Amino acid sequence: MLKTKSAQYSSVGDRIFDVCNYCFMIFLVIITLYPFINMFALSFNDANDSIRGDIYFWPREWTIRNYEYVLSESNVFYATFISAARTIVGTIVSVFCTAMLAFAISRPEYKLKKFVSITFIFTMYFSGGLIPGYLLIKELGMLNSFWVYIIPGIIGVFNLIVIRSFIEGLPEGIMESAKMDGAGDLTTFVRIVLPLIVPALATVSLFVAVYQWNSWFDVFLYNSSRHNLSTLQYELMKILSTSNTGASAADQYANAQGNVQMVTPTSIRATMTIVASVPIIMVYPFLQKYFVQGMVVGGVKG
Amino acid sequence: MEKHAAQLPGSTSDDSRLGAFFKSLANQKMLMLMSLPFLAWVIVFKYVPLWGWTIAFQKYRLGRDIFDQAWTGLDNFKFLFQEQQFYLVLRNTLVMSSINLVLGFVTAIVLALLLNELRRIYFKRTVQTISYLPHFISWVVAANIVQTALAPEGIFNVLLLQFNMIDKPILWLGVGEYFWGILGVTEIWKNVGWNTIIYLAAITSIDPTQYEAAQIDGASRLQRMWHITLPGMKPVIVILLIMNLGHILESGFEPQYLLGNGMNVEYSENLDIFVLKYGIQMNNYGLATAAGMFKTVVSFIFLIVANNLAKRLGESRLY
Repeated sequence: MLKTKSAQYSSVGDRIFDVCNYCFMIFLVIITLYPFINMFALSFNDANDSIRGDIYFWPREWTIRNYEYVLSESNVFYATFISAARTIVGTIVSVFCTAMLAFAISRPEYKLKKFVSITFIFTMYFSGGLIPGYLLIKELGMLNSFWVYIIPGIIGVFNLIVIRSFIEGLPEGIMESAKMDGAGDLTTFVRIVLPLIVPALATVSLFVAVYQWNSWFDVFLYNSSRHNLSTLQYELMKILSTSNTGASAADQYANAQGNVQMVTPTSIRATMTIVASVPIIMVYPFLQKYFVQGMVVGGVKG
Repeated sequence: MEKHAAQLPGSTSDDSRLGAFFKSLANQKMLMLMSLPFLAWVIVFKYVPLWGWTIAFQKYRLGRDIFDQAWTGLDNFKFLFQEQQFYLVLRNTLVMSSINLVLGFVTAIVLALLLNELRRIYFKRTVQTISYLPHFISWVVAANIVQTALAPEGIFNVLLLQFNMIDKPILWLGVGEYFWGILGVTEIWKNVGWNTIIYLAAITSIDPTQYEAAQIDGASRLQRMWHITLPGMKPVIVILLIMNLGHILESGFEPQYLLGNGMNVEYSENLDIFVLKYGIQMNNYGLATAAGMFKTVVSFIFLIVANNLAKRLGESRLY
């Protein structure tokens, strides 16, 4: 293989291609990362200094005052807590339930296997839409509650397919022998299957956690009148949606304590952007192997 | 499914089979316990809202019972199809999802081809990891980034001024005509890396001996990419293309909503925003539901056609 590689390099055209390709990849990396680096620099730079402009890759005057300010703002602090809570609770509940359902509909002997599967898969083709969905939540009395973040999204069909495919790929002998030893379905699921499908669970956990952490529309739709159920993304969204008008939410944050000198809308936006994206940036690279595998399984079968 | 059909009244022909069915079902209490609560969940949260479509045929008033609404027949639909705004948002929806579809496909395929040509494995893996990043961040953060970059004092204007391509800063999001382009580029920025996953997986299943043979025959890098790698990806490309055609009315909601403003509304407002505006904000539930129903029904037809097409092409997608 090494020989053929050096043979490839003999052509001038191939070399030019390689150089261009590597340059292009570096360009891609820069335009992908630059916005985050820029936000990072702004968030750690002194707010008044940032007004002078020309902050691109690195803070000029380091400070953590922006973070102290944003996190001492009770709205943001609460919202971060709610975001974390819905991410943790939502992920645990959803992944466990999805795995349990996937296990049940992967059992070849289960009489309702097909019926349940088709009932779920069919929902990929349609949705009641925004208004009927909203009215349903209202009728169920779930407006202005934390559970509206958890219950309506418990099972995702894509995730269900990923986990089911994974379970179906396990050697059947394992479950057969568990049955021989007298293990019931629940024992088999908890003791045998769950430990074996950790890669699939990791994939689905990442998908659900990212969805939960990033959600703002359900807050806007169902809980916008309850401040103590707001999420970090929704707070950021409010800043974003008002930043074109004169008195932006960021301005209000900045003016709230009468200390316009200390923080500015720009630095607040940058700081909140970093707070809202850092947890994800920290986690996803470590799960890369799993989610790539999960995407391929789900993408082909789903 | 056949056995399930045996439950239906009238099919008394084989009572023994029915009896056996229920008997074995009784032995599967735990499996039922593990799945039927979720069956109830899916019916409540996914099927019951379909019944809400009746609102499209009513003059729905809040606070009144759903059985106690005034029926108006097809009035909402008549009004909808006469509404100028509806055709505008339909145009925006179709144009934006077509742009996303074409650009999304081309860029992901090209990037997958180029990534595949990288020989330094650590470099390749690092580029891949970084390219997935924007997919995981929220649209709120992405829209924030776009807005910051395109602001009058943002990096985009700074660079263009530096290279003398413009004389004075442009408020990019304030000009409607630019919106589709901005949205297309943003969607690529966010998802191109993620979309390569499935193509790269398809590439790994190409028989390596084909490359060796081509090399012996003196094929250049570009020729090998064109004649071996690309054809190897073709089945996946075709299937994904067909499937995505089924989603042509799904142009997205969050980016348009977050980047849209009063100045670009004629280009940024799509069907989903139309529904939100009329329904939740203006309380015209009937009209909004009619628009939503239109979208779902047309999408449903597209999806069924797309799936049958995909199946006919030899790849089973569902069931």
